[in-house]
Amino acid sequence: MIDTRVKIAGIEFKNPVTTASGTFGSGREFSDFVDLNRLGAVTVKGVAAKPWQGNDAPRIAEVYGGMLNSVGLQNPGVEYFIREDIPFLRQFDTKIIVNVCGHTLDEYTECVRMLREADVDMLELNISCPNVKEGGMAFGTDCKMIEKVVSEVKKAAKQPLIVKMTPNVTDITETSKAAEAAGADALSMINTLTGMKIDIYKRKPVLANKIGGVSGPAVKPVAVRMVWQSAKAVKIPIIGMGGIMSAEDAIEFIMAGAAMVSAGTANFINPTATTDIISGIEEFMEKGGIKDLSEIRGIV
Amino acid sequence: MKIVEKGIVVKNERIAEGIYDLRIKLPKIASLACCGQFAEVYPDNGVNLLARPISICETRGDIIRLVFQVAGKGTKIFSGLKEGDTVRVLGPCGNGYPLVKAEKYILAGGGIGVPPLLETAKKLKAMGEVEVFLGFRSGSFLVEDFEALGVNVNIATDDGSVGFKGNVVGFMESLDAKGDVIYSCGPKIMLKYLAKFGEGRGITTYVSMEERMACGTGACVGCAIKIKSGDGYENKKVCKDGPVFDSREVIWE
Repeated sequence: MIDTRVKIAGIEFKNPVTTASGTFGSGREFSDFVDLNRLGAVTVKGVAAKPWQGNDAPRIAEVYGGMLNSVGLQNPGVEYFIREDIPFLRQFDTKIIVNVCGHTLDEYTECVRMLREADVDMLELNISCPNVKEGGMAFGTDCKMIEKVVSEVKKAAKQPLIVKMTPNVTDITETSKAAEAAGADALSMINTLTGMKIDIYKRKPVLANKIGGVSGPAVKPVAVRMVWQSAKAVKIPIIGMGGIMSAEDAIEFIMAGAAMVSAGTANFINPTATTDIISGIEEFMEKGGIKDLSEIRGIV
Repeated sequence: MKIVEKGIVVKNERIAEGIYDLRIKLPKIASLACCGQFAEVYPDNGVNLLARPISICETRGDIIRLVFQVAGKGTKIFSGLKEGDTVRVLGPCGNGYPLVKAEKYILAGGGIGVPPLLETAKKLKAMGEVEVFLGFRSGSFLVEDFEALGVNVNIATDDGSVGFKGNVVGFMESLDAKGDVIYSCGPKIMLKYLAKFGEGRGITTYVSMEERMACGTGACVGCAIKIKSGDGYENKKVCKDGPVFDSREVIWE
């Protein structure tokens, strides 16, 4: 018998597969294709204390082996999320991870406070979005800033806190250690890599925001390397993501040291990517005689 | 309800310069589709990963007909599909046209916005009188399909090669086209002027909009469109809240 359960910050997940924030809506958008009961957790699209309009369109461009986006964290606000999305998700036997965003430290702590009484399992602090001018990645690239934001949010938060890390840094182990020192219960990585695409006929950037975040299978080697480096540098668990398209990809991240994994852009390419990955991991374990993923976690 | 279905190509034919008529056997999607909805078609070549949104031209039994223009790498791949090939499709996506009770309907299409009006014309024909206005740059396509429904078809071309010389909205103005509801799809600039046409005459005008999208399910929030809200605007999703909007809601830029 295989056992796919995994525990992070005292929360038990039935399997190590969740969704990358912003690629799965609130789960509702995929419930036609995916039995949400199968998922270890649903990590929902980022919410802020107040509704955000996001950036102008075009927000999406395809690139070789992936995509660029500059959505800019459009969201209907945390009150809407609490009212509409939590009751929907609680119909299913899965855990809820809420991605939290803000322009300022106050906005992050306000949002986290509003979630204190909400029925969610974990928070994911988004200090890594490359598509907003204030907050986002600006907070996630500087170790001092990370320590400040994480420690303040941790004080305001009731649920365990995951900190979502940006790959747009020189040394991911330094930022990872800063988040751990400030009290993060877990890390998730990687958010998107900043990128750009130019329409050579219009002689201007394809995205209205000019710059966006690159995701998809093209970024996977970068993500695996960063998870591997961070897993050796910190003691807290890591949720690995970045271009995971299949169970084989997910297992690479687990062997690099990830406690859990997220499917992101894969959801756009194959709407049943999450459950396909779960089935594939189970099959890999059965065939390989692996009873528990701890046998291979961080083995590399 | 949307599903992902693997379909078999029944026919793929070039019907005009850069325009292809692709028919795929997709029983489940065909049974769910309404007029004005679209399908997300996956290139599945390992390089171009995102699905391409293509309007549903019509459904016939378990066949979905997609008439598309080659506009980039994805549609170039679809143009090469052959009978018997397998294609992965997500659909039906979007809200589609609301079928409003009225005596006379005007359908206005421009270029690659023409195809989704065919199924719409079929549905509306059973409800009242239908007059169709189609605009093209040069030449035309699908005209016989509309005529076969027994509806009145008017054609405008930019170069005057077929029908009225000029744009489709100008043509409608010159004829002082009359109707109770307008259903339209076409380039944004055409829809903007059509909205003025309809609103100036007190005719409810439904416009089908387009934007770059990734998922087609409302999750990625890529296909933002500015919709009036109070004194300002709200970003809605073309794929889920649309693609069909009441023209009075749209902020035309």
